[in-house]
Amino acid sequence: MASEYTTSEYIKHHLTNASMCNTDSGIAFNKACADAGFWTWHIDTLAWSIGLGLVFLWFFRSVAKKASSGVPTKTQAFVELVVDFVNDNVTATFHGRSRLIAPLALTIFCWVLIMNLMDLVPVDLLPSIAGMVGQYGFGMDPHDVYMKAVPTTDLNLTFALAIGVFMLIIFYSIRMKGIGGFTKELTMQPFGHPVFIPVNFILESVTLLARPLSLALRLFGNLYASELIFILIATIGYFQLPLHFMWAVFHILVLPLQAFIFMMLTIVYLSLASEDH
Amino acid sequence: MNINATLIGQLVAFVVFVAFCMKYVWPPLMEAIEKRQKEIADGLANAERGQKELELAQGKATEQLRDAKTQAAEIIEQAKKRASQIVDEETQRGHTEREKIIAQGHTEIEAERNRVKEDLRKQVATLAIMGAEKILAREIDAAAQSDIVEKLVAEL
Repeated sequence: MASEYTTSEYIKHHLTNASMCNTDSGIAFNKACADAGFWTWHIDTLAWSIGLGLVFLWFFRSVAKKASSGVPTKTQAFVELVVDFVNDNVTATFHGRSRLIAPLALTIFCWVLIMNLMDLVPVDLLPSIAGMVGQYGFGMDPHDVYMKAVPTTDLNLTFALAIGVFMLIIFYSIRMKGIGGFTKELTMQPFGHPVFIPVNFILESVTLLARPLSLALRLFGNLYASELIFILIATIGYFQLPLHFMWAVFHILVLPLQAFIFMMLTIVYLSLASEDH
Repeated sequence: MNINATLIGQLVAFVVFVAFCMKYVWPPLMEAIEKRQKEIADGLANAERGQKELELAQGKATEQLRDAKTQAAEIIEQAKKRASQIVDEETQRGHTEREKIIAQGHTEIEAERNRVKEDLRKQVATLAIMGAEKILAREIDAAAQSDIVEKLVAEL
């Protein structure tokens, strides 16, 4: 595959997102966006993640619409298995009633899992297809067509999820403890004396901010590393086949585990946020 | 590897997905699951109650059967007793009837004999008189000898 590339170019190509931005001369793509700064959109990440999210929602919605309390179909049984698994984890961890936590956990688990599973698609398949479509459909140089198909290897996505969770942490903290209670928690712990307010605040802020940061970086780091290894394996010629197989088998464990960890930590953080100490 | 506007797009997508899931996916699934759980629990409770009722009914049936058997035995016993009683009574009645009929026969026979005896006596008397008349016709008057005839008749 990498015949015209050097190895480092090949790796770099695979790890670059297809991007889109608005320049003075209209909408521009990829390299033209190098100077666009913040207002650049990773269209592959967006398309894959939203597309996979819609697949998840469509599938579950289609089952939910026909859900009967009688003997379930096999599809319904599968969906109920997933729902029940998430629900068990939520009820075991989150004490208190919330209509949001369980669907949130389900969405996170399923969506992240489907996006992670894109990691198992052979690394060259989707970029090659995209390259051919770009070459023959739009007359582009295939080297300029980028396609990073695993959305969870994009920091933007993992941070978006983590920021969403972070906002919910703040929301639940304030809702359960009030603004005063939340402020007190940030300033009067762990040392309950006014003198220590700055120290407490620094400590607690770090604790608070570490949560979304670790959520985002853990998912990103794991998936980015595994994707990178897949790409590296793909550069070594015919020996890649057994290695690829072993790495993929290993990821049958890693990918659901990362999705599960993200879900579980979300529940735990929200449960901590909504409990009084 | 830079943070850019994609973050905002993803955040919006995330919020929309969670909201959709919360409104249209979770509630109907949970409702179906909980309803089925309730139905299963109800079904199990019903089955248990049915089992208990069955046991109760079986016990009652056995008891009734036993009662019926005892009653039947009692009735049969009574019927047997009554039957032998009837047989005894009838035999008794037959005996009495026979005795009565025999006695009546005896009486009738006796009466008949007496009547025949009387008749015979009269006829013998008449015959004797006729004989005597014929003997004496030649010698004595019938009227003069009638006391002897009377005596003879009485002796017969």
